[in-house]
Amino acid sequence: MTAPHPTQDNVQERRALFREWLSRRLSADALAWLDQQIDAVVQAEKPLQLGIAIGLAPRKLGKADLDLTAEEQATARAVREDLDLTGWSVDQAGRALFVLASYRGDEADFARGLDRIFANAEIGEQIALLRALPLFPAPALLLPRALEGVRNAMQPIFEAIAHRNPFPREQFSEAQWNQMVVKTLFIGSRLAPIQGLDARRNADLAQMLIDYADERRAAGRSISPELWRCVAPFAGDAEIATLKDILAHGSETEAAGAALALAECEAPAARAALNARQDLAVAIESGRLTWNSL
Amino acid sequence: MYIDPHAHMISRTTDDYEAMAKAGVVAVIEPAFWIGQPRTNAGSYADYLSHILGFERFRAGQFGVRHYCCIGLNSKEANNEALAEAVMEILPGFATKEGVVAIGEIGYDEQTALEDKYFRLQLDLARELDLPVMIHTPHRDKKRGASRSMDVIIEHKVDPSRVVIDHVNEETIQEVKDRGFWAAFSIYPHSKMTAERMVALVKTYGAERLIADSACDWGVSDPLSVPKTAKLMADSGLSAEQVRLVTYGNALSVYGKSGQMAESDWLSPAPIDQRTLYQGNTVLRGGQAPKVEQAKTDSAER
Repeated sequence: MTAPHPTQDNVQERRALFREWLSRRLSADALAWLDQQIDAVVQAEKPLQLGIAIGLAPRKLGKADLDLTAEEQATARAVREDLDLTGWSVDQAGRALFVLASYRGDEADFARGLDRIFANAEIGEQIALLRALPLFPAPALLLPRALEGVRNAMQPIFEAIAHRNPFPREQFSEAQWNQMVVKTLFIGSRLAPIQGLDARRNADLAQMLIDYADERRAAGRSISPELWRCVAPFAGDAEIATLKDILAHGSETEAAGAALALAECEAPAARAALNARQDLAVAIESGRLTWNSL
Repeated sequence: MYIDPHAHMISRTTDDYEAMAKAGVVAVIEPAFWIGQPRTNAGSYADYLSHILGFERFRAGQFGVRHYCCIGLNSKEANNEALAEAVMEILPGFATKEGVVAIGEIGYDEQTALEDKYFRLQLDLARELDLPVMIHTPHRDKKRGASRSMDVIIEHKVDPSRVVIDHVNEETIQEVKDRGFWAAFSIYPHSKMTAERMVALVKTYGAERLIADSACDWGVSDPLSVPKTAKLMADSGLSAEQVRLVTYGNALSVYGKSGQMAESDWLSPAPIDQRTLYQGNTVLRGGQAPKVEQAKTDSAER
């Protein structure tokens, strides 16, 4: 156990980066508190130290938006692939930093400690911890907590793991991934902020979504135009007929979603159907209409 | 705008939240208490504290109501020593979480030795953490129980200006005011205090340091007590400023001392909160005058 853990350097690098970002945004007093808490967490004077630091973060650091510059965002992605801190606040960054500081090279020990924090976390803490999950070592050991986040009934907690987070794409099994995507639509949330949506499309997910769409149509309820994004490569004749119908009779957004889906279908029937809306076909061709612009 | 500074929302329905928001309640404080029957282990107590700090705050936010908590070991369950010891271990971690405005509700129920022990320990915790305190005064032997609570608070060097004595009545108000504490009144349909008596008390004692709350829970209670009391106060000729203090301002003053509750929380919430926890109060957004009579009261009774 004398060799440094392979991820120890990464953790140090991430800690340095978060501290640097926070130092540009915090008052001298708040920064002094941050440094003092990091020391305390590193030395683990009390077993409760990490929980207390995380609990006090909003009142000591404030809740201002982190609002990274374009340059800082580029650094973030360089240090951790696909890291997206859009919408983070300074207290959340502080909380992530405290968790990183609690890592001493033993993955199981680290995961146990974080698990204890999760167990008693209030809503703001859960959001911060789930958003920060991709920064931490031992992802396989943290997977159960990520899945708890997906099961959570509180939409902001669910979105903390589902949106702008590379963790699900990297760690979730196909069944876990599919549950997350279907739930996103089910609770009226957006698919676009999910990372890896196109890369992880699969036939089983497409079938779940087709069934879900049928259920909604049977009940006379609207369907999110984003749903078709995960169906498109697997659409059969029935789905193409449905998309054709939406293209003709849906709202503008629904028609745009149907057009995007048809443009991604291999079948010649899809191409023919899309011709009914040349304007949308051109918008897609030119890149003006995309799943993210819906 | 009203604050209901004592509401066990974990026991209430979405209809109640809807009615409260519509009536102009912008914030509630949920004190940790017992849940109608005793818990048998610290794990269920921890889950309860997580629940009021988590899902309950989320539920409130969905209706445009800001939700705060008091964290504490209640007097009834202080009588289970094994449970009490284990709960005391976890309290500091919960009490330092965001949105915790006081240690509470703590105090006496039967005034046993164990109740006394954990009451004192929690007063010390409040002093260490610099948090205000919400005191539950006993239903039986109330007058002496209230007196004794105040003696102990002073003995433990907690400043009365940071302590709310709750469930006060005509018999206890004089001493509470004389000794510099805040006096809260739980306006209940059938017990504790009625809105009419509350009006009379404000006329006699003034609005200073007097607070109305609903203490609504799983029993027969009314989550619209605070706006209804405000209306009755106004109709009875009390000034707008007196109404504001008793149903809004005083609670904000004392629990605001925690640094965890400010008017800006509902008037101009932080962007991160707007993105996650709190979409804003429709009454505030629409700028309408709150209308108590429009609110649904039937569903609030059970």
